[in-house]
Formats: sequence, structure tokens, C-alpha cells
Amino acid sequence: MTILEKAAPPAPDSSRPPQRVSTLHRREHRTAALFVALPVLGFVVFVAYPILFAIVTSFTNWNGITAPVANGVDNYVRMFTDQYFWKSLGNTVFMMLAIPVGLLLSLLLALAMNRKMAGTTFFRTIYYIPVISSIAAIAILWQWAYNGDFGLVNQALGYVGIDGPNWLQNPATAKPAIMIMAIWKGLGFSMLLYLAALQSVPRQLYEAAALDGASAIQQFWAITVPMLRPVTFFLVVTNIIGGAQIFVEINIMTPDGGPEYSTATLVWYIWRQAFDYLNMGYATAMSLVLGILVLAVTALQFALNRRNHFSID
Amino acid sequence: MTTLAPQPTESKPSAVSSRNQKLIPSRPRSAGYRMGNWIVGLVLSLGGITMIAPLIWMFSTSLKTREAVFSLPPQWIPDPAQWDNYLRVWDAGPLLTGITNSAIVAVSVTVVGGAASALAAYAFAKMRLPYKGVIFLGLLTAIMVPFPTLMIPQFQIFATAGLVDTLWPLILPAIFGNIVMVFFLRQYLDSVPDSIIEAAKIDGATHLQIFWRLIFPIIRPAIAAQFILWFMAVWNDYLAPIIYLNSPEVQTLQLVIARFNATYASQTDYPLIMAASCIALVPVLTVFVIFQRQIIESIALTGSKG
Repeated sequence: MTILEKAAPPAPDSSRPPQRVSTLHRREHRTAALFVALPVLGFVVFVAYPILFAIVTSFTNWNGITAPVANGVDNYVRMFTDQYFWKSLGNTVFMMLAIPVGLLLSLLLALAMNRKMAGTTFFRTIYYIPVISSIAAIAILWQWAYNGDFGLVNQALGYVGIDGPNWLQNPATAKPAIMIMAIWKGLGFSMLLYLAALQSVPRQLYEAAALDGASAIQQFWAITVPMLRPVTFFLVVTNIIGGAQIFVEINIMTPDGGPEYSTATLVWYIWRQAFDYLNMGYATAMSLVLGILVLAVTALQFALNRRNHFSID
Repeated sequence: MTTLAPQPTESKPSAVSSRNQKLIPSRPRSAGYRMGNWIVGLVLSLGGITMIAPLIWMFSTSLKTREAVFSLPPQWIPDPAQWDNYLRVWDAGPLLTGITNSAIVAVSVTVVGGAASALAAYAFAKMRLPYKGVIFLGLLTAIMVPFPTLMIPQFQIFATAGLVDTLWPLILPAIFGNIVMVFFLRQYLDSVPDSIIEAAKIDGATHLQIFWRLIFPIIRPAIAAQFILWFMAVWNDYLAPIIYLNSPEVQTLQLVIARFNATYASQTDYPLIMAASCIALVPVLTVFVIFQRQIIESIALTGSKG
């Protein structure tokens, strides 16, 4: 609220007759301040204060019940020597390898659906259904689908003569299993964005290129790929931000972080430290590190996005 | 910020491409193109089966007996279909309570928060307010902060207020508005000319009247799209509920089915788990089928905005 109170006196407007305008403006300022007051208040209480709280708490030993005890940088030192922290961070980053695979597949799908042919609306719907389905239900479904003996995945593999593993119980396959599921769920979203981008590429560019004798493949690399760059960039960034926060799948499919902690992700580990072990101070320190990593990616997006737009426009 | 987005009205991809179509005399598709369509159609069908098969299998499993789940080779069409799994499931856990709780949270959050967001977007786009650019930028930083970073302090706030294990921690932070929605609606309002607002002011309308009679009808499609997306996001949320809710009577639907899963997996009652999961999907699938066009358009718009 302090921001608003400071904002209340209207800026002097020298170009107009002073009195009437300032009364009118002041009334408008008041109404406008009222309209933006709720989001500002929400921001102060549920974002700004929590961040300050988190920064202070990260330097304490705190179980969430008794008063926090200052312990300097102990939490950060502990992080450096905590093998589970590194393992969870490593798992989180490793699972992001699914991002390029998913983007490539969704681009191919979008190219296929960009053709003039019957049934594209139908396919678009089919591919999009996993996107809107709740992740909790999807995680439950895939947990059962990955069952070693009776799961859908191994049954399907059985048709082509492959004897599949017990996916989620095996340290080597647990992470890929979750990555496959993530690709499956996210495919429709990226496909849709690529499709929209493909359809907004001016057709004249292709016509002109065709007149100049460019082949379909040359047209693809010279026109399509550059025109899709902003969307690709947007998808990479949002996928990284989303991937950094992967939790539900882990919590439902591998409640204990998987065999040998192989599916423990950073958010899952923070959650466990905070709400299972009540190491709130330590968990807060880790959550700040996560926040800084995500912030760095977002800041990069804003910085590069500006340049992207200049190059396209 | 203006470089971030094209005008909403510009990016109607389908309209653009069909207009271009008319400018260029359409040539008959060659036999090669039609052949290509067959191959692409086949590939898309195979992919489509992969996308939908797990969901069909989920539904199929929900209609089996407990024993039939483990039969090899698997039966895709359960015989006889155990429809009473769908009756059993309501007694097996607080499913109905979960649906009610999810509905309470999703409706209150989207209605109140949506109204707050729309009013704020109007103020940011069209009203005079000192430092509004700075305030708006400040709010935008909230988008960059991931929820896991805020969850422990927020939990502490609600623990101090004695509101843990109620629905309030899920509702309160959201009813102050959604910055993404404010951002989106503000962009959308750029296409509304200032002159009509000035005219209404001269006629003596208050800003609330201007918003309600003039602005709201214009931005209604954008609000609807944001509303639906937000509703689905709140409905499907899992992390915040699992932090705050313990008692069965306050759990949201996603938590209820997750607890279902944990409980009945040990009893290998997979048909019951799958029936509960299917029921959890019905509301969002229904919303999707009804509002498919708005959802797809607003997603496409979101992406083109970057």
C-alpha cells in the first residue's frame, strides 16, 4: 500500500489550466488506484513479503514450529555438501533433455497438420487432450501403464518382441519413464503453438522463393525455421521454467524419490525437507536457489525476446 | 513492453491464411500431394493412437473386475463391463467432497480474481495514474518468481493465521488477481480507442460504468479465454493443496484421487483407481469440448505474444 500512498499526489501538469484538470485527474487517480489496489496488495502480501521472509529464513535453523535460530550461511554450506541436493538438481536438469525431443516431435506434427487435408481438426483435438488432463490423473494412469508385468507400455512393447523392464522400480529407466510421459503430455501444447506460427507465415514468402527456384527443403530452412524462431524460443524458456518445477509426477509415481533417489527433483526434495523433515530453514535456502535459477532463465527470455522481435519485425 | 506483443486482432492465423488463399489462384492439388496426405494421415493416426491409447486403456481398466486387470493377453473391451465400479467409487473415498471443494476454490478464485484482474488491466491500460508503469513492472516481476520459492513463507503466513487445513490458503492468494491475466487483458485493451472512453467521460459516466458498459463487452472474449485457462489450472492444481490440506473433508479432487491411488494400489484395486481418475478428468474434458475454439485460440495467441 505504501506505493499507492506515495503515488496519490498528482503530477503537476503545467500545460493546462491548473485547477479544473487537477481535480478531474485527482478523481481519476483515486479510482485508478482503487482498481489496481487489489493486485498490488496481493503482490505485497503473497509475493514481496514471502521473498523477504525467505531471504531471512534461509540464514536460520528453523523447524517451522519454534522460533528460527540464526545460523549464518550454514544452510548454503550444507547444500554444497548434500549429495541429495546435487542429485535432485542433477535429476531436474537431466529430465530437461526431454525438451528438445518434445519440441522436435511437435514441430514435425505441426508441419504434418499444416497440410491441406481432411481430419486435421480431429487430430488437433486428440493430440491436445493430454495437455488439458490433470497431471494427477495422468501420473496415476502412467504409473499403472509402467507396471512391469501388466502395464500398457510393456504390453505394447511385447507386440514387437521387446521384454520391457519394471520402469519405475529401476534406477536406469525411472527417469526416462517420467520424461516419456512428460513428452506425451506436453506434445499437443507445443504443436499448437508451432501450428499457429506456421499458419501466420506469409504465403508470399514461399511463392517468391518458389519463383526463385528454391526447393521445398531450401524453403524450409530459409523461411520456415527462421520464422518459427520466436515460438521455439518461447517454448524452450517456458519448458525450462516448467521443468525446473516438476513435482506432481514424482510425488505420485515415485513417492520416495524413486529407486536410489533416481527421480528425486529439486522441488520434490525441497518439499520433503520442509514438510516431512521440518527443515524449513534449509528448504527455504534451497527454494531461493531454485528461484534464482528460474529468474535467470526468465530474465534471459526478456532480454533476448526484445532482440528477437527486432529481427522479425 | 509494447514490443512484446502484436495486437490481438492481428494474430488470427486462420483468417490470415484463408485471405491469402483467395489472393492466389488455387491450383489443383497434384497426385503427389494427395499421396503425401495419405502418408501423413497414416503417421498422424499412429501418433494419435499413441496419444489416446493410455486414456482409453484407463477407461477400459475402470470397467474391469479386479482379476481381469491382470489377465494376459489384456482385454481391451471388458466383458462384462463392470459399470458398478463407478457406483462403488463414490463410497470408497470422499470423491464428491473433493469435487465440491475443487469447485468452490476454482469458482471463487476465477470469478473474484478475474474481476480484480479485469479492473486492474483497465486502469493500467486506459486510466491516468502516476507511476503506473513502475507499479505494473513491479507486479510483472511476480510472474518470474516460481511458486516453490514462495510456498514455505506462504505456508507460514497461513499457519500463523490458523488457516492451514482450510480452503482459504488456496483461495486468498489468487482472488487479488492474476498478473498474467492483467498483462494479457492490458495488451488486448490497447486495441480499444481512447476516444470512446473520453466520449463516455464527457457524458458523465463513472469509470465503473465505463468499464461495465463499454470495456467489458469489448474484452469479453479475452476474459472468457483467460477465465477458462485459469479455471483449468486451478482445478488441476496439486502442489498447493498437498501442502495445506490434510483432512479428507477439505481435500480437493486432485488430492482425493492421489490418496485413492496410494490406498487402493496396495489392495490392487486398479479398476477403482482408474474409475476415480476418469471421473477427475470429466470436468476439464467437458470444459475443453465446449470451449475448444477459445482455448486453442488463446493458447495460440499466448505463444505468438512470447
